[in-house]
Amino acid sequence: MSNADHTATFPLPAVARPVAKTAAAPAAALRRAGLGPRQLLLLSWAAPVLLVVVCEVLAQVGYVAPHVLPAPSKVVRTAYKLATSGTLLADLGTSLVRAAVGFLVGGSIAFALGILVGFSRLAEALVDRSVQMVRAIPFLALLPLVIVWFGVGEGQKIFLVALGVAFPIYINTTLGIRQVDPKLIELGRVQGLSTRQMISRIILPGALPSILTGVRYSLATAWLALVVAETIGAQAGIGFLAMDAREFLRTDVVVLTIVIYALIGVVADSLARLLERRLLAWHPNFGGAAR
Amino acid sequence: MTAPALAEAKPAARVTDLTRAYGDRVVIDRLDLTIQRGEFVALLGESGCGKTTLLRALAGLDPIDGGRIEAPRRPAVVFQEHRLLPWDSLWRNVSLGLPERGARERAAAALEEVGLGGRLDDWPRNLSGGQAQRVALARALVQEPELLLLDEPFAALDALTRIRMHVLVKALVARHRPGVLLVTHDVEEAIALADRILVMRAGVIAAEHRPPAPGQPAADRATLLAELGVENDLSAA
Repeated sequence: MSNADHTATFPLPAVARPVAKTAAAPAAALRRAGLGPRQLLLLSWAAPVLLVVVCEVLAQVGYVAPHVLPAPSKVVRTAYKLATSGTLLADLGTSLVRAAVGFLVGGSIAFALGILVGFSRLAEALVDRSVQMVRAIPFLALLPLVIVWFGVGEGQKIFLVALGVAFPIYINTTLGIRQVDPKLIELGRVQGLSTRQMISRIILPGALPSILTGVRYSLATAWLALVVAETIGAQAGIGFLAMDAREFLRTDVVVLTIVIYALIGVVADSLARLLERRLLAWHPNFGGAAR
Repeated sequence: MTAPALAEAKPAARVTDLTRAYGDRVVIDRLDLTIQRGEFVALLGESGCGKTTLLRALAGLDPIDGGRIEAPRRPAVVFQEHRLLPWDSLWRNVSLGLPERGARERAAAALEEVGLGGRLDDWPRNLSGGQAQRVALARALVQEPELLLLDEPFAALDALTRIRMHVLVKALVARHRPGVLLVTHDVEEAIALADRILVMRAGVIAAEHRPPAPGQPAADRATLLAELGVENDLSAA
């Protein structure tokens, strides 16, 4: 006790030491654990890699039957075989075209409607309630009706993708326009901007972060819609590949299609992020470091 | 009001009998005000006395309930917040509302004037508060306005930056000679900048001060504070 008191009365070291400690605390804790940011990154990849290895081992020793879950190596070999024989790339192409067409159709209609409703109270009164009511329906629930309308051809698939894409883009476009800072709009008036300049210089750039969020969401729903649409009555495409393989218990092909859906989802999301970083370079939340 | 001997033909702004009310509450009560070209008028008042309402009416941002406002179609305004567009570079911000042709050159000249000449392509988020407000000033002056309306533009700045801004604004106004209406609650600021100081209270102009001789301040601090209802001024004690 008296010893502790004694050390505490030594003014210089007693003050200097704790200050140095707090400043270096997080870094020191990391060093003590022996982990830098690089090691942590590696570690974060270790778990999924380990999972794949475990799957491989279980499949190789015959603990998991191949028709339940194929060995990852088998899936890779199947991917190579299907890719070289050409069917995989053709199916992938078919699916991508469906997604792209559906996205463009649904996205542009929703964007146009969103702009209209964002700007005009009249358009809002006419359109918004109906859209919100339709939005309450999980769009996949419309599938039976869509099949009645379009059959099981390309129309059905593109319609379903377009429908899934439309809502996130519509909602985020109207929201983005409504959320533009009124003070900046007032500034536009002070600077004497025309309506067209007001839209192009202030309202659209201000709404862009929200619109791009809508795009990212819609990419995810586009894939979901495509998976469901392709699972029913397709003659080509990734979904067709999966259903066809299921008939023959080719789980390696089924797993491959699942992996492909996942990869395309990841690629689409990174594209959307790239777009955000490019278009929102000014935005502190997206642009990263200042130029 | 005594017009200067060399009166310019048309004042920068003239307000006659202006009335503005929100419901039953009269914010501006039959107010008259004339601002000459090249004249720097400061409008002092407590919060809620109607001074910002008057400025916004002059800017054409708010409707009026009675009276007449003769002002240029597009007076320039600098607000308390810089209101720079975060998605546009500095020169794009400064040239907002200018015709496309020659916009960059004019913006460059205006930025040069406020001491930010080398930063045409920089982004607003890289600016300090004082720098951002200087860009806002450049954006106002690049329009070559006949009337410049300043709505507490330095209120959010730290004391030293504020003084630097005063020097800059005074120089810029001397060069461009717009009529200026500065709305503020900062007595020192009004004394430092204005040719004429008005004190507004309850919707009317309660007091008006002009410098007794050219080059002298329009009023002293104690008088203005008393008129603003500040009884216990520490520095006067």
